[in-house]
Amino acid sequence: MRSKFNWEAWVFILPTCLLLLAFLVWPTMQTIYYSFFKGNFLDPTVEFFGLGHYDRLLTGDRQFLRINKWPPSGALINTIVWIIFLPTLTVIFGLVIAVLADGKKYETFIKSIIFVPMAISATAASVIFRFVYNNDPETGALNALLVFLLPEFEPVSWLGRKTMANFAVIFAAVWIWTGLAMTILSAAYKALPQEIIEAAIIDGATQWQRFWRLVLPMLSIPITFLVVVMIINALKMIDLVYVMTMGGPRGGTRVIGFSIYVEMFANGKIGYGSAIGAILLILVLPIILYQLRQTKKQL
Amino acid sequence: MKKATSNIKNPLPLSSRLIAWTNRGFVHFTLLILGLVWLTPSLGLLITSLRSRADIAQSGWWMSIFEWNFNIQNYVEVLNNSDLPPPGFKENFINSIIITVPSTIIPIFFAALTAYAIVFTKLRIRNFLYLLIIALMVVPLQVTWFPVLGMYKAFDITGSWFGIWIAHSAYGSCFAVFLLRNFFIGIPEEIIESAKLDCNNHFQIFTRIVLPLSLPAIASLAIFQFVWVWNDIMNAVVFLQNPEKYPLTVGVQRLLSHYQNEWHLLAAGAWLTMLVPLIIFFALQRYFIRGVTAGAVKG
Repeated sequence: MRSKFNWEAWVFILPTCLLLLAFLVWPTMQTIYYSFFKGNFLDPTVEFFGLGHYDRLLTGDRQFLRINKWPPSGALINTIVWIIFLPTLTVIFGLVIAVLADGKKYETFIKSIIFVPMAISATAASVIFRFVYNNDPETGALNALLVFLLPEFEPVSWLGRKTMANFAVIFAAVWIWTGLAMTILSAAYKALPQEIIEAAIIDGATQWQRFWRLVLPMLSIPITFLVVVMIINALKMIDLVYVMTMGGPRGGTRVIGFSIYVEMFANGKIGYGSAIGAILLILVLPIILYQLRQTKKQL
Repeated sequence: MKKATSNIKNPLPLSSRLIAWTNRGFVHFTLLILGLVWLTPSLGLLITSLRSRADIAQSGWWMSIFEWNFNIQNYVEVLNNSDLPPPGFKENFINSIIITVPSTIIPIFFAALTAYAIVFTKLRIRNFLYLLIIALMVVPLQVTWFPVLGMYKAFDITGSWFGIWIAHSAYGSCFAVFLLRNFFIGIPEEIIESAKLDCNNHFQIFTRIVLPLSLPAIASLAIFQFVWVWNDIMNAVVFLQNPEKYPLTVGVQRLLSHYQNEWHLLAAGAWLTMLVPLIIFFALQRYFIRGVTAGAVKG
């Protein structure tokens, strides 16, 4: 009886295990392996190249990392900007809406508005924001608004300027993901123990004091979770960039996740793209270890 | 914050009441602005999709309130468009359905079996498998694409429906196992123990007891996976490599690169891709939000 049960369990996990091995474990290892070779589509291992690709990426590729000229630029820098701004802005907006809308008559309504972008594709979001950012003030809402508010204002091509475009794409991502932050923070906020907050009111704490000294520290677990999630999203970012800007103008919106695709599939440099992939894996490794530690605690 | 304002019931000096009143006005105002910022981009594109090409060229969408001249001609045009090399938008729509339905069912079935084995059997590797899945959820898919394509070439399934189904199944299964495992763990041990008296094997317990009990979780998961696959563009581009099989998202991207600034077509196209996810969102909001919040780490 017992042995039969165990046999069944192995059958249950077999399909998933095969899928994980074939699509995630083995390909990841192969990519790391290919990063030490020069190669093309047909043969990714034409010639052993050692750490040559890594050397070139970190010292000689202006599209990837350029630090000898101010401001520093390249895909790695752009990704760091994503990692700084995406978690910060989504958590701040999400928290502001979760706390301010709590208990209002229109709470469900405004939360739906904020959450809807989570349902639509990055492709649709890209079209939406290319429209918003359009440099013609008769078409693009952002330029129209600024011209209306400041008559002196010269319409800006938000996605056409190298200094601006990365932030323009990041804001589209903030628009998409704030709904997630809001939902998680709102649920956590509603679950806070009311007695403690009431005790603080009786002790005469002002609203600001209650927020900074009480509410915020008690929300640290969901906030940490969201920061991790948004860092992962920033590191994996590809589709918004692919549809909205194709990495342009002049590499201004290239991020690591997109560079891998471009080098491999547009430029056919398999080894080089793989090396960028390996660098991305190094960047996600701390997050993986963190997640594993968190999960092990609950096992 | 309902409780926080309850002390205002006592008669307070006029000045404090004024401050409270301004505070509340400020809160409403902030929420109004944020709501507008989140609503305007997609609303603007929706209005644009209902205006004629001539009107769009003449004035911004915000002026259309004064003109009130809307029709669905753009949608008809984009669906019957013959300027682009085939497939048309109709075929894209059908392709999206062909891709999405199996890519939702297959991983959920396999993942449910795996989650069952992890939770309800004494399988020796069950904790290891679960931790592996947690780690693989964070791995960026870009890193796996090229080696997977190599494997597809060996099996000659590049550009086949089977190829895209199985890729989505593999990439979706980590999160699916994660979500279902966390749900199954809440099913009381006694239910399974007593089921063992009536059922001959684990598969019977799985289909008769565990699956019916976990329908809410499976619903959330199915909705999440469906929308995720529906909205996907990168996997379709990488694995299909065949315009005749491209889904709606790629269709919109093709419109975008072909027409650049023909906003009447782009707006209608983008809204057509958003239609299905938005219907799902508004019809099944509760399940959808639960799935998306739980799926925060996937991507």
